[in-house]
Amino acid sequence: MIDILLSLLILTGAIFTFIGSLGLARLRDFYTRLHGPTKATTLGVGCLLIASALYFSVRDEGVSVHEVLVTLFLFITAPVSAHLLAKAALHLKVRSLAPTPAPDSEAPSDPDFQRNPAD
Amino acid sequence: MRRLLPHPLLTLTLVILWLLLVNQLSAGHLVLGALLGWLIPFVTSPFWPEQIRIRHPLTLLHYLGILILDIVRGSFHVARLILRGPARLRPVFVEVPLALKTDLAISLLANTISLTPGTVSAHLSADKRTLIVHTLDTGDAEALVAEIKQRYEVPLKKIFEEADESC
Repeated sequence: MIDILLSLLILTGAIFTFIGSLGLARLRDFYTRLHGPTKATTLGVGCLLIASALYFSVRDEGVSVHEVLVTLFLFITAPVSAHLLAKAALHLKVRSLAPTPAPDSEAPSDPDFQRNPAD
Repeated sequence: MRRLLPHPLLTLTLVILWLLLVNQLSAGHLVLGALLGWLIPFVTSPFWPEQIRIRHPLTLLHYLGILILDIVRGSFHVARLILRGPARLRPVFVEVPLALKTDLAISLLANTISLTPGTVSAHLSADKRTLIVHTLDTGDAEALVAEIKQRYEVPLKKIFEEADESC
């Protein structure tokens, strides 16, 4: 019974991780590519970690909770890195399929978008 | 009290984190964890200018439930979009006007947006009033903004900022 559950979890995890990577390869611009690895992969890795926690809890007669930590750190770091990548891309004006927010409307309020003339 | 234990919540989190790290519950590790949990916030307190207060723990739990559900939902949604092919995507940047004021609440909102269906937070304006969000596929940008505000911002505001509103 537990074997079936474990296999299902690992399969689901592998499929989602694969789809995430597929998204990275197939999508057309930088911003849409960001979505695959940050989300489809999150659930994929989540499933793999649940499977790992279950397996080691059953085998070693003690609850294995390392995986909770991995999940926690993953969920904290994945959005932050995605945010910073997107921010850097906006700053560098990477080619985008979606109309990017006009830098002009940003400039007065946002020093990030404004080069210092003294430089 | 405040000077000796500047961030009780952070201390508690660190103790639990330590116990998870060593993967066992024993008196020795509890003491060691408590020591670290006290020492780290004490040494790093200059980096934590604002006191973190959770005002509605139940709302927070409910929020975490919604978040997990949305991560699962979002993963299926994005998986379907990727498999359907990139040609039919309608990616859009939307600007979400923020009602949140504290840094922690804003960063939590940005993280939530990045973790949930087809959206990644891309940029926070310097005055902390608008968040630029990139969506993978949407037909109605305004409905999306309304959903983000209703689903995530309202509970976050209730959890972290409600008392500030009254004064």
